[in-house]
Formats: sequence, structure tokens, C-alpha cells
Amino acid sequence: MISRFGSYVVRHIDSFLMGSLLFTMLVGLFVLYSASGQNVDRVLSQAANMGAALAIMWVAANIAPQHLERLALPLYIAGMVLLVGVFFFGEISHGARRWLHIGVARIQPSELMKIAVPMLLAWYFSRRDNTLRLSNHAIGALLLAIPVAFIMKQPDLGTSLLIASSGFYVLFLAGLSWRLLIGLAVFAGVMAPIFWTMLHDYQRKRIEILFDPYQDPLGAGYHTIQATIALGSGGMAGKGWLHGTQSQLDFLPERTTDFIFAVFGEEFGLMGNLLLLLLFTLIIGRGMVIAAQAQNMFCRLLAGSITLTFFTYVFVNIGMVSGILPVVGVPLPLISYGGTSLVTLLLGFGILMSIHTHKKLVTS
Amino acid sequence: MNYRSELRNYQLEQHNFRLRLAFMAVLVLVCFGILGSRFFFLQMMKYDYFQTLAENNRISLVPIVPNRGLILDRNGVILAHNFFAYTLEITPSKVKNVEDTINEISDFIEVSAADRKRFKKLRAQSHNFESVPIRTHLNEVEAARFAVNRYRFPGVEIRSRLFRHYPENNLGAHMIGYIGRINDRDLAALSEANELSNYKGSDHIGKSGLEQYYERHLHGTTGFQQVEIDADGHAVRVLSSTPPVPGDNLILSIDSKLQRIGEEAFGDHRGALVAINPKNGEVLAYVSQPTFDPNLFVDGIDSESWKALNDSIDKPLINRPMRGIYPPGSTFKPFVALAGLEAGKREPPFSISDPGYFMLPGSSHRYRDWKPGGHGQVDVQRAITVSCDTFFYGLALDLGIERLTSFVSHFGFGRKTDIDMKGEMSGLLPSPEWKWKRWKQRWFPGETVITGIGQGYTLVTPLQLAQATAILANKGVAMRPRLVSNIQDARNGVTTPNPAVVVDRVALDPHHVEIVTQGMVNVTLPGGTAASVGAGSPYAIAAKTGTAQVIGIKQNEKYNESKINERHLDHALFIAYAPADDPTIAVAVIVENGRHGGTTAGPIARKIMDYYLLGKEPAPPAPAAGAAVVNSPEPTHEEELHD
Repeated sequence: MISRFGSYVVRHIDSFLMGSLLFTMLVGLFVLYSASGQNVDRVLSQAANMGAALAIMWVAANIAPQHLERLALPLYIAGMVLLVGVFFFGEISHGARRWLHIGVARIQPSELMKIAVPMLLAWYFSRRDNTLRLSNHAIGALLLAIPVAFIMKQPDLGTSLLIASSGFYVLFLAGLSWRLLIGLAVFAGVMAPIFWTMLHDYQRKRIEILFDPYQDPLGAGYHTIQATIALGSGGMAGKGWLHGTQSQLDFLPERTTDFIFAVFGEEFGLMGNLLLLLLFTLIIGRGMVIAAQAQNMFCRLLAGSITLTFFTYVFVNIGMVSGILPVVGVPLPLISYGGTSLVTLLLGFGILMSIHTHKKLVTS
Repeated sequence: MNYRSELRNYQLEQHNFRLRLAFMAVLVLVCFGILGSRFFFLQMMKYDYFQTLAENNRISLVPIVPNRGLILDRNGVILAHNFFAYTLEITPSKVKNVEDTINEISDFIEVSAADRKRFKKLRAQSHNFESVPIRTHLNEVEAARFAVNRYRFPGVEIRSRLFRHYPENNLGAHMIGYIGRINDRDLAALSEANELSNYKGSDHIGKSGLEQYYERHLHGTTGFQQVEIDADGHAVRVLSSTPPVPGDNLILSIDSKLQRIGEEAFGDHRGALVAINPKNGEVLAYVSQPTFDPNLFVDGIDSESWKALNDSIDKPLINRPMRGIYPPGSTFKPFVALAGLEAGKREPPFSISDPGYFMLPGSSHRYRDWKPGGHGQVDVQRAITVSCDTFFYGLALDLGIERLTSFVSHFGFGRKTDIDMKGEMSGLLPSPEWKWKRWKQRWFPGETVITGIGQGYTLVTPLQLAQATAILANKGVAMRPRLVSNIQDARNGVTTPNPAVVVDRVALDPHHVEIVTQGMVNVTLPGGTAASVGAGSPYAIAAKTGTAQVIGIKQNEKYNESKINERHLDHALFIAYAPADDPTIAVAVIVENGRHGGTTAGPIARKIMDYYLLGKEPAPPAPAAGAAVVNSPEPTHEEELHD
């Protein structure tokens, strides 16, 4: 009886992926304990976040992909309505308009779009009966560009970047022509100076600081300087858990959220960093296997996009902390403190599991 | 991709997908390879460098807060300055149990309940690793007592901090304003303005008045020090330092002596006074009565004092000169008279025979003059002098509401004066469009009639009234009013003038200005409505009295019974400029519930002008001689209440 119930619960859970995720999150809790100045409340609250996110992942894993496919368009439309709502009625906090009050709850519609956009594009490209044409890609790009523009306007560069990349992955995996890609790359190179002038002052400053953090050592450059000192002083084996001086002596700002990797790197050193990268590689690898084995176009595209977006998270965050990418507000997935992005992430992994475990036994 | 075949080839599609996925897999590995080599670079090759930075010589960037600029009056009298004082501060993250620590400290240093309350409030607003003051202004004995016991309290420190102080206390509090702790809203605004890094280490910011308006100047630029700190976090050695740039000093056009005379002249009355030099827009006195002590706000006001100030029926926190709005009453008449003259109406020798009332054509409703039976034969000049309502009823109707308001708007009615403070009200100059928008009702001719004597919808702030008077005194040239005349660099004393700005030039016929001025001069001469105000003056005063009906006291508000009647009395208004032939001061005074402009508001203006023009200080209150002038038993030329 109990074992029957047990097998019902884990029916749609991919054990390899689940194992890697749980292990990474456990590492995250340990780092958080150190980064928060050994604050047990903080760790417990993050553990609660993880519990909630895992529950949502379980639900997602139990929804068959064909149901998800039907949800794609309504979800996208709902997300867009909320985004427009934020644009006009959103609550301003710390200079950005990201939150929307609906009745009792306060929601961040851009978070919903992280799932809704790749779902919609995967749905759009999979329902064509004919071979894809250039015009299909143009429409896809437009469906992507609209929410990205709204989120960039909030302004939330980090999230808009992630959503743009999740959409781009769908476009690319659906077969965007190489010639066009190269053309776009050249075009982007030409447009970069124009884009530069469109950025907010503080965004521009962050990019400038990347090249010369000592330009503003107390202000925008402070994060980067302190983070590289933390990482570099970690050395080969690290200073040991709870012994990172940079982290423990309050030099590192935002060290439980966006800059938590600096704490990790200081305390666990190069070995720890490489092990963490390996963990991430395992998760990404598993996601790619799921995508490659998926049975239809929708599943393939969605699984591929979710996996690669996860990779983007990791690369952008670690790149930013180690000083090779500008400072954009992207948390380190599964490790950084915070519930919202964790829920979205695990929702994505739930979808991956659903795709993998709902395959029909007989292939056509 | 093959665009030629029309039908999808599922096998090919999957193959292509896997190819692309493989490409991305390679990309992922390359990117992780980049990260890995970056780690190798930072943690292996540059390890020694960062190790030195972090482990042996932990370098900390310590902000150095600049001195806030001073606020001085035109003669160098200090109105706001800073002083060093000891504070006892706790860093919650370094203390095991904050409550216990405070209890232990209170064994030998007094910690009041208010101190604890404030500590709690401040702690909730700050991060765990920031130090929060538990006691401020420690004396030498207390500081020494703590120093002896210091070893018992890791995480508790004595610091010497700069405090803001307003040595003149209540004087000009609304204008000088105050600073207060930086809150979340301030932080958001600073972040928006990209000023956050300049406020590292600062915990105060200007909250009102000049302290708020000139925050950028007063704050200065934060410097920083690279210091080496030991394992306990104490500074060992300064490596490099960028000194802070102190904030600029503000030199006001206000004369604090004149300001004090103005404030004291109000006695127990509530009200406002603004005196402006019409030639350059410098504000000479800016009185809002009653006032308050801004020192209460600097370190967070305690709840009892706040309640007392905020709940007081006298509303001491309201900046009356720019946020109090009142009907202008008869002080509006000189401007209406000028509108008539400039429109080519009522040019002398035109005169009316005043029966004591005015009637609209085809109506039997009588708009009464304040003087039953009327003023007899009245021309425009005498109409000002005796404040003849009948004359202005007819004139307003003849001009029409549009022509009337569009002319007087050049004197600043209905719009902000752009004085150097935030939160100014713009008053109201009504129009048929405004009424339609606001009330969905059409404009009635009767409303034009009463607008002519400053009643009806028209509302002004005392500052606007002073500005309008100044523009009239300066023969149509409008200067922007300003409180700060010079901004001084605190490092070298070099002052930069805050330039006089002409905001408008009203084209006026000098002859018409002459007529109005003479009418106003006669107001303070025998036969005028404020003859007692001008009595014995060696210089000619051009003035106009006014009364304004009190509106808006709700019956169900729980006011003191005995005070209700007093609060229903009319407001007294008075505008003046002097010397009439070449004015250097223009004044507007409003005394709330003061009844008659000539008896309560006028003498206050006279004291201001006497000191400014003659250097004459008002006689100490109480002697019978002084009171006799005000209550002169002359035949009553004072203006009566309007119906």
C-alpha cells in the first residue's frame, strides 16, 4: 500500500535530474548559512521556499505535455495583460516598476513570462503543418520582442535578457537559418553603439565599471572589486566553510542573493567551483538528453529552451561575479536566496520531467 | 534548412534538432571552459595578489561624510550649523543579545525609554551590520564611564558624529526646514538620481524648507579612505584617501532681526507675513505663525512632541506663506483698478455716484457696499482709498471675467511664484472654463461682480500676495522671489550669487501706476482705511487693507467651545510697499481671524517697514502710548466687514 502510494508519487519524477537538483540545493543551503552570517532563520525560510517550489515542480511533472501545449497561448496572453498592467499601474520599488497588486497578492508578471514565452514559441513552431518559412521566424521574433521590450522598460535588464535568450533558443532550435544568424550577428555589431545610447544611465555605468571597476570604488564598482577579491583569495582549496573573511566581515554586498557565488568561491576555492560547475553540467546534460529524446516538436523545443535558459542563468551569474560580464540582476539558480526565481526554475524542471515521463511507449 | 519542400519531414526535423542541440552543447562546454579558466586565473595565478588584499591586509573603503553646509542670514547670523557630539552605537550583528547589552549599559549610563524606542525604530530601518545609536549627545563623564567598561561590550562603540543644530530654534523654522534620517523613500529617490554612492555613510537628508530644496548644495561630496583593518575590523593604517568636499553654505536674503520683529509682532495671532525687495526679488522676512522648533526633528521626533504639533488646532507645522490659501478680499482692488485703467475704462475724471449698493442690469439683487449709504462721488483713486465696493462691482462686470483674470494673472495670481522651496500652492484664479470643469456649472455674472472685490472663488497664498505687491511696486517688472541670495563654497569662501531673474514684464502705462499708487498712499493718510497705520511715518506708504471671510471650519470638529467663535472671525489682510515713490520693500500680511486689516495686520507691516527703512526697533509691548496709536479714537475709517 505504502509502496504503491510511493511509486504513484514518484511516477513522473526523473530520478537523475531530481538527485542533481536536490544535491545542488543542499549545497545552496550550506552556502546560505555561511553567507547570511549563520542565520538559521534565513536558511529555514529558504528551505521552506524549496519545499514550495518542489511541490510546484511535482504538479508540473504530473501534467501531460499535451495539456501544457493547450495552455501555451492563454498563459502568454494573460502574461502580456499583466505586463501591460505593470506598465501603467505597477508599483515602483527601488526605481523600477516590476510589481503589480491584484487584490490581495503582489505579483511579478515578468517571472511568469520566463515560462510563458518559451511555451508559446514552442507551441507556435510545432503547430505549423508546412515546413517553416522565414516569415514564421519573423512572427516568432515579434512574439518574443514585445514582452522583452516591456520588461526592459520596467527596467529589469536581467530578466529581459533571460527571456530574450529563452525565446532565442526556441527560434534557433526550430531551425533559424545560419545565414540569417550570421547576418544578425553582424547587424548587432553595427547596432551596438545605438543600443548603448538607449540604455539607462545606471545600466551603462555597470558596463563601464566592468572594464574599470576602480572608476567608482564606493559605488557601482564596489560589487565587482569585492567579489573578485573574495574569489581570488579563495585559492585552490578555499578558506573553508564559514571562514571566508570577505564574506564574514561584511565586505561583500548582496552576498546571500546575486553575489552568493563569491562566498562559495572564497570558502571552497577552485576545487569547489569546478565541482559546482560539474553539478550544473550534469543538470544541463540531463536536460539536453530529455530534449533529444522528446517525442514531438513542442516538447523538444520547450525542453531545449528550458535547459539552455538554465545554462544562461548560471553563466551570466557566475560570469558577473567573477568579473567577465557586467553586473545584471540575475541570481545563481538553486543557490541564491529567494523564492520567486526558485519557483520558476523548478516549474521548468517539472515540465522537463513531464516531457520525459509522459512518452508513449509505442513510437509511431 | 530546406525551404523548398512543402510538407514536413519529421525524421529530418528531429535530425536537424539534434544537430543544433549538439551545437549548443559544445557552446555550453566552451562557456564553462571560459569560467573555469577565469577561476584558474583568479584563484591560482593571481592568488597571491588577492590573498594579500584579503587575508593579510584586509582593505576597507571607508566613506568620509562631508560637513553639511551652513545656513546664514544676510548679516552672517548662523541659522543652521553642525557640531560634534559623542554617540553610543551598537552593531547588532556583533552583539549576542541586544536587549541584555542595553540593560547592562543602562547600569552606568542613563538610557531612557524614548532612547530605547528610537533605537528599535532605527534598527528596524537599518541592516544588521550597520551601527545604530542607542544614546546621542553623551557628556564627557558618560563617555569616560563607557570607555572604562568598553572591554565588556564588543560591538558597542563610542563615536563622534556631526549633528545638525538650529541655534535660533523657532525663528523662521518653516523656511529653514529641517533634516531627518534617510528613509526608504529618500533612498529610492537617491537611487533614481544616481546619488546613492554619494550618500554612503550619510544618515541624514533635508526633509523640508531650504534644507530640502538645496540638499544637493548643502550635502557636499563624500570622500573615501582605503584603510587597512585588522582581524577585529579596527583600522590600522590609512592607505589612500580622497577627501570629502564640504557642502556649500547658503547665505539668505533674510534679515534675522527683521524676521524676529515680524514673528514677535504677531503676538498670539496666527498668520503669515512675507516681505520682498521688489527690485530684485530677495525675500527679507518669511513669517509663519505659530512656529515650531526644527531641532526636534533632527534625530527623529518623539511621539508626544509630534502629536502635540500635528494635532494642534493652530496647525503650527503648516508653511502658511506658501501653503496657506486665503481669499484676497479688498487687497485685490488695486490690481482690478489697474486692469480697468489699462483697458481704457475708468480713466479720471470718470467717477460714479455711489448709492451704497450695485445692481446687475435687469435684476433687483443688491450687491451692498460695506458702507451703508455709500461713499458719494468716487473716482478710481478714491475708490482704492476708501475701498469702495460699488465702484469695483461695476468695473469687474464692465471688464468681464476673462479680461480681468488674464490681466491680474500677470501679477502672479493663480500660479506658483517658483520660490526656492518645494510644495508651494498655486492658489486659484477662477474662470468660466475652470468652473465648468470643477462643478459642471456655468458662470454667472454675479460671480464676476464679487470677483472685483476679491471675494468669490479667488484664492491666494500670502507669498503670492507679497509677490503681486512687489510687481506693482516695481512698476510691472516681476522678479522671481528667492530666499537664498548667495551660495558660498565652504572651502575658500568664494560666493556665487543666486542671480535675480526677471520672470515677467507687464506693460503698464506709468501714469496709471501713478494713479493707483496715489490711491494706495492715501489709504494710510487721514481719510483712508488704514490712516492709523501711516500715522507719524516719515516715509510715504502705499497700502491696501482687506478682510476675508472664514470658510471651512466644520461644525462637528471637536474644537474648544470657547474658541469656535473666535475662529469664525474674518481674516485680516494688509499689503503695502514703501517708500511709495521708490519702493525697496513690499509686504503682505495675513492675520487669521484678525477681523480688520487696518487694526491687526497693518501695524505688523508698519513695524517691518520701520525697521527695514529706518532701523527703528519696535517699542517693547505694553506702554499705553504704543497702544494708543493702534486704537486711535479717530472717526472709524477702518474697513468694516463685508456683507
